This record gives sequence, C-alpha cells and structure tokens, in this order.
Amino acid sequence: MTAEVETAQARTQKLEGLGTKRKRVEDVRFTQGKGNYVDDIKLPGMLFGDFVRSPFGHARIKSINKDAALALPGVKAVLTADDLKPLNLHWMPTLAGDVQAVLADEKVLFQGQEVAFVVAEDRYTAADAADLVEVEYEALPALVDPTRSMAADAPVLREDLKDKNSGAHGPRKHHNHIFTWEVGDAEGTAQALNEAAVVATERIVYQRVHPCPLETCGCVASMDKVNGHLTVWGTFQAPHAVRTVASLISGIPEHKIRIISPDIGGGFGNKVGVYPGYICSIVGSIVLGVPVKWIEDRIENLQATAFARDYHMTGEIAATAEGRITALRCHVLADHGAFDACADPTKYPAGFFSICTGSYDIPVAHVTVDGVYTNKAPGGVAYRCSFRVTEASYLIERMIDVLARKLDMDPAEVRRRNLIRKEQFPYQSALGWEYDSGDYLTALDKALSTVGYAALRDEQRRNREAFSRGETRKLMGIGVSFFTEIVGAGPIKNCDILGLGMFDSCEIRVHPTGSAIARLGTISQGQGHATTFAQILASEIGIPAANITVEEGDTDTAPYGLGTYGSRSTPVAGAATAMAGRKIRAKAQMIAAYLLEVHDDDLEWDVDRFRVKGAPEREKTMTEIAFAAYNKVPPGMEPGLEAVSYYDPPNMTYPFGAYICVVDVDVDSGVTEIRRFYALDDCGTRINPMIIEGQVHGGLTEALAIAMGQEMAYDELGNLQNASLLDFFLPTAVETPNWETDFTTTPSPHHPIGAKGVGESSNVGGVSAFSNAVNDAFAHLGLTHTQMPHDHWRVWKTAQRLGITVS
Amino acid sequence: MAKMQITLKVNNREVEALAEPRMLLIHLLREELGLTGPHIGCDTSHCGACTVDMNGKSIKSCTVFAAQTNGAEIITVEGLAGPDGSLHVLQEMFREHHGLQCGYCTPGMITRAYRLLQENPNPSETEIRFGISGNLCRCTGYQNIVKAIRAAADTMNGAREAAE
Repeated sequence: MTAEVETAQARTQKLEGLGTKRKRVEDVRFTQGKGNYVDDIKLPGMLFGDFVRSPFGHARIKSINKDAALALPGVKAVLTADDLKPLNLHWMPTLAGDVQAVLADEKVLFQGQEVAFVVAEDRYTAADAADLVEVEYEALPALVDPTRSMAADAPVLREDLKDKNSGAHGPRKHHNHIFTWEVGDAEGTAQALNEAAVVATERIVYQRVHPCPLETCGCVASMDKVNGHLTVWGTFQAPHAVRTVASLISGIPEHKIRIISPDIGGGFGNKVGVYPGYICSIVGSIVLGVPVKWIEDRIENLQATAFARDYHMTGEIAATAEGRITALRCHVLADHGAFDACADPTKYPAGFFSICTGSYDIPVAHVTVDGVYTNKAPGGVAYRCSFRVTEASYLIERMIDVLARKLDMDPAEVRRRNLIRKEQFPYQSALGWEYDSGDYLTALDKALSTVGYAALRDEQRRNREAFSRGETRKLMGIGVSFFTEIVGAGPIKNCDILGLGMFDSCEIRVHPTGSAIARLGTISQGQGHATTFAQILASEIGIPAANITVEEGDTDTAPYGLGTYGSRSTPVAGAATAMAGRKIRAKAQMIAAYLLEVHDDDLEWDVDRFRVKGAPEREKTMTEIAFAAYNKVPPGMEPGLEAVSYYDPPNMTYPFGAYICVVDVDVDSGVTEIRRFYALDDCGTRINPMIIEGQVHGGLTEALAIAMGQEMAYDELGNLQNASLLDFFLPTAVETPNWETDFTTTPSPHHPIGAKGVGESSNVGGVSAFSNAVNDAFAHLGLTHTQMPHDHWRVWKTAQRLGITVS
Repeated sequence: MAKMQITLKVNNREVEALAEPRMLLIHLLREELGLTGPHIGCDTSHCGACTVDMNGKSIKSCTVFAAQTNGAEIITVEGLAGPDGSLHVLQEMFREHHGLQCGYCTPGMITRAYRLLQENPNPSETEIRFGISGNLCRCTGYQNIVKAIRAAADTMNGAREAAE
C-alpha cells in the first residue's frame, strides 16, 4: 500500500459509524429556531379549533346552547356530540379495546373532558366563543379513589357499559371494573409464601403523574375536497397507526390519508394516543372545507391528554433467613380513569408489568391486576418507559429494600445474593419472559466500588450517631436500585396494537454518487434518530453518516412502522436499518464481483469497499459500486441500489443498570438534597455515546421529578388541583443535580448490531433509586416505606411521624 | 376589536404591525412576523420556551402584550446569527455539547443564555443554573446546557481578550 492510501482506521473514522460521538444533524436547524413543529404550520384559510371542557368530574349534561357562540363574528362552527352522531364519530375506539367519547355524550366523566368543539378564524375568537357556549350540568357524585371503584354503592360511571359482563380483556365483575389480568403460579406462590422463613409485605402506590412534554399535543387537519385527500400534521408518536385508525374511524380509504409528524417537542408517551382534538379537527376540516388547527394549552394537556402510572400495588416477598428470595406475589389496582385508553399491546392490558421479578432469580411468582374506572382523565401511557415497566421496577426495587430491613441485611447485599447470574442467560423468568443477556454482578460491583459504597455506609453510621447526639439535623440516605427493562416491543407473535403487529421498518435508497436516504417507520421526538440511524447504516454499508439523510414521520413516504415509544426505535427500527443495510451490501458485493471479474466469494469487505481476497489492491469502493448500480450491473440483475426491511424481532431486549443515589434530608424542613447520583447503564452495543449520555441525563431528571414532586392531585369532587406548571413539578436547572454516568456493554444476542435501547432506562431505574434513598434515610428509625412523591411536605410529615422533628 | 398600530425593531429590522390590544407578543412574533423560533409551552410564564430579548432584558413573550412593545427593540433566536449567516457561539456550543434534544426549549434557552452572558460574562455553574431557572427543559437534564453556556463564555472571553 502506498502512503496516500488511507488506513482502515482513518476510513472508519470518516464514516462516523457505530460508537462515534457524532454531533447531531438536527441541531443545526433547532439552534437557529428553524425547527418545524406543528404549531409552526400555517396554511391558507386555516381556522382554529378550541374545546369547551367540563368543569365537573362527573355530571349529566342537561342542555347545550350554541347560539351566543355562533353569533360571534368569526365563528364558523360549534360541534357537539349530537352533530357527530350522524357520522357515527361521537365515540371512538381506544388503543386498549374500549371506546372513548369524542365529545361528551349525555354525561361528562372527568374534569376537562371535551364537550363541544368551536372553530373560528383565529385562536382568540375561538377561545371567546368557547366561553360563550352555555352548558347546563347536573352534578353527579364523583368517584376519585380507585379503592372505592368496586364498592357495592359506587356510582355507575360508564352507563354505556353497565350491562356488559365482559370487556376486551375478559369478564368484568363490577360496573366500574375493566379487567382482571393474571399471570404466574398462584398455588406455588401461595405455598412458598406459607413456608417461607421471612415474608415482607408492603402497600406501594405509584402515584398518577403526567409526561408533560414541553410542546403540548396538537394537529392541523386539511381535507382536500377536490381529490378527497386528507392530510393531518400532528404530534404523533405513531403516524402509521394514526393513519390506520383514522381510516377505520372515518371511512376515508387509507391511501387517501396522509399523516405527517413534523418535529415533535418531546413525547414521553403523551403523544402515542388518539385524542378527540384530532378527530374534531378532521371533522371540522371536512365540514368547512378548509384546514383546521387545534393546539391544546398546558392546562388542557395536564387535564385531558394521557397521564401515566396510578398503580396501587400490594407486594409480598418471601425469603430464606439467609436472604435468598423464594417467591413474589403482587396485586395491582390500576386506575385507568374514565375510559380505558392505555397504549399497551393488545394481549397485555397491564403492559409488561410481569417483568416485576426484576433482575432477580425468583423461582415462583404470581401477579394479578384489576383495572378500574374513576372520574379522572383517561391514559395510562408508558411515560418514558416500556409498558408499565417503571411500575414493575419500582415495586420490586422497593420490596427488596423492605425485605432487607426485615432481614436486617444491607440492601446491596440482598440484591447481590439474588441477582440472576451471567451463566443463567438466556434466563426464563417465573412470569414467562426470556431475558436475552446480562452480566448483573459485574455491573453492581462496578457501581458499588465506583461510589465507594462501604465508605458511604460508614459515613451514614457516623451521621446517624451524630444525629442521635443532636449534632446535626440532617439524615443521610443511600438508595441502591438495580433494574432490568423489557423494551423493543415486539415480536408479532406476542405484540400487536389494534391487530397491527409491532414490527418496524427501514427503506434505503443509495444514490448514484454514493450518498443515500433512509426512511423509517419511527419518529424522533428528540432522540436524535437522524443522527444515530445514519451511524448504524454508515457502519453497515460504508457510506459516511454525513452522506445519509434519515427521514421519518410521513406516511406517504416512510415504510409502515409502529412508531417511537417504549424504547422500541433502536431495538426494532434500528434492527430493520441494519438488515436493510445488509441487503444493500449483499447486492453491492455482487456488483463489485462483476466489476472485478471475480466470484462473489472471492471478495472481502473492508470498511467502505470490497477487496479481492489475496489481491487487496484490487478493490471497488461503495461510491464506485453505487454508480455502477445505475449503469453496469451484472446481466440479469435489476439496476438500482435499494432495499427495504420489515423487522419482526425474535424477542424483546433487556437493558439493565445499577444506580446509586445519596441524599441528605433536613428533617425539620423536609428538604432533600441530592448529594450524588451515579448511573451505570448497560444498553448493549453503544451507537452514539454522547446521545446515550444525554438520554440518561434526561431520564434521570424526569425520574427526579416523579420521585421527588410530581403528583396529579385530585380533590374528592374530581378537580385536578395542580393543572399548570405553577404547581405541577418540573425541575429547573437549580433543583437538578449533576449526573454521573457509567456503563458496561453486554450486547443483545438476537439484535443484528447487539443494541438494546436506552431512552427510558434511567427513568425506570432512577425513580426507585431516589425513593430508596429517601426511605433509607429513615430506615434506622423503623420506616419501611413511605409513598412518593417525596416532596418537602411529605418528607417532613414522615420525620414528624417518626418523632424526630423539633415541633 | 379595534387594532393598534405599533412600530418596533425586531432582529435589527423596523417592523410595523396592527395588533389587538390583547394580542400577546409571542403571537405577534409567531403568527404575524413568521418568527416561529420562540415557542409556547405553558401559557403561565413558567416554561420560558417563549423567551426573547426586549430592550436588553430577557422576557417571556407570552406575558407581554404586543402593544407594550411599541418602540421596543426585540431580539429572537432568529436574530442571533451573524449577518453572514455564521452561528452565534452559543448556537455552536449547544450543538458541540449536546445541549438540546427535542429542540423545543432551545430557542428560548439560547436567547436567555445570550442575555445571561452579557449580564455576567464569567458565570459559575451555580450562577448559570440560577440564570436559566426560568427556562424549563424536559429532555436534557440541563447538565449539557450548563456545559454549553460555560463553554460559550470561555470562547467569548477568549475572543475578547485576544481582541484587547
């Protein structure tokens, strides 16, 4: 080789492929204010929609008078359920097999429910008109506490279902019951609990919270009456699924519907569902013949579009005297609000909650979940996690700590004794999952040694002694959590939504000059897909990432896919990208062989080119091959260099990690200070370490919000008392600590590049670490568990109950 | 509703506009002037996505009436790049240090940082965190935003010293 020939290393660097801290291509637009979010869209003649919403948690609608609103200049239409009835659009199917009122039909079932839709020339007039719609209500008793939902005298919430003894997920045992879901060995678990040396029991509530992306939900619907085409731009985490649902609901043929997700200002699960605003905007545009925009404000976002969690759990964990876990039992009362609009795969009404045996080798387990209706907003989405995985992880990680107290053992030691061993993978869990890969002990040991765990415990011992001597008013808490996620839904044999298998897709076209475009069925909401998917491809096909455009979110151009949520983009669409890339390379190899006049098998791949084995000076670069694909392909081969892959994953992926949080609690004010937070993540193969680190920071900050302050607080009438950012806690830069990140790498054995997904890990593991730390601060005083959020008031109340406050 | 005539300077350009007395500045910027960099995130002045610079101060444009800006000088994120299109150091550093993800808070955040570094050209980490506490970000956890602002301060101070 001559000196001018670049080394393989130099050529690899040029590709900016897997493992590179590539700067994001998206940022060039975003930093200049040139993003294109849905509210930035402005079409000729566009009108604005706004909702009249229920002030009551539960009430009968006696009358609606639109006259004053319609008389206001600039108002074009006021729609109510009665207007939608002839179109059969006053109810819509939810993703969970239930139905939801698009506009309230005779009754309202939660505060903020959509009652009428006003369309006007501008957003100010629309808001004025919404105020002028007169709705007469008769208040009904509100049911807010899910533990009261199935009481004999509980009010009937869903009159449309009151005579139905079964729903989408089996029998209903009460008029406010939605489903019972059961998994595991009831008898075996009961026996293990009965025979156990130690049993710890705790009631653990994961409060109702909200994903609250900075951009609220919204859309622009535009019906072209001339050609019968409907285009909808919107905040859709799953544009193709929205197209199919829109077609099924409206009767418009699917090929005449185009759904476009433009830039999305954060999603976190809030933008998976189909909301009344989308349907009403579409109807408005069909009726009025011009585009209609609907953008919810923050109060509407918190009041009406999808919440998360609200899981009321009872855990029982059995162990030997030496701390070896022998069984886990859990019952969940799941508050789904007024309509069951969870976004879970069809067969899993409680999502993947059965991952609740966590990272531990637990021989037998049993889980039951009862879903119930209340007078609260519908939702139950996976807020920065795979379906119900944070709930599951929180349950097991709290139960391990509760068990440790009972055993009088160190919580890290209980984890160590029970972690699944490396040689047990692929591991079959008691509740039916096959964990793909893991090296848990290595991760835990690395975490413990990095933070100096033993020294921290010594310091805590000294702190407690000093506290008891009255020398300090602060207590130190150390929270350990070890989580295993289940993401990348998922294999079609198990996972579908509304019958749509949860595969994902990538289509690649290599242009003659050796650059390319890749289109995917997913949609970024900040994850940086345009950057990272190009990196996957760069490594697969030897074209620099900078020369690959990634495009998502337009159903007219992108191949069908189920979208971005539940950390499924990298595990599923990322795999499709690699597989499509391999098809490109396979064809490129045949072209190269033809050009070099050798057999395919005589070539070997070298970063960005094929070389003849044994004669490396004979080579064809991808750039040369790309051009040849358009003018010099072997006889009988079709020209062009394109490929598409629809990837049905053989299994989910199981990212894991070990987190440690150190907190100092001022017992007289309840103020908690996060002194240190260490997060070790193992997400398999790392595509872009810079983006991974950013994802971990963000997930931890959302975990901080949930654990330390977020709660959707309803009063007994069903009023949401904190529906604005004044009192719904989102941490600022001041409350947010610096995060320490670390990693191990255990590739997924079944994923083409070994990647597992990382966007949600830190939220799953983070919440438990914070909560365990706060609980740990009081553990020596006999506290086993106190409910989240650990805001100053609640922490102070805990200290007061334990008799250690000054007053 | 009768409209008011207002004259203001936006990104160094004289602008005349007609605005209802109740029209918010954010709507004037976004809908009348086509400056969609500043965003709306909360309606209650908490999130800071709508932050712009008005007469040398950071303001939340969802809490100022357009009519109040008569005679004012406004700078939005669109006005930060140089006349030749070269990016402002802050814009470069936010990209360099991965200080943004979904990009929705970014225009407000950068515009706030632009003013912060003029108020305090050499801020400590604590001062940066306090200085941007009126701007919420749901994606980044702030750590890389702080890093980006600190790096921008270093670059700008270095350039200033070199010039002196």
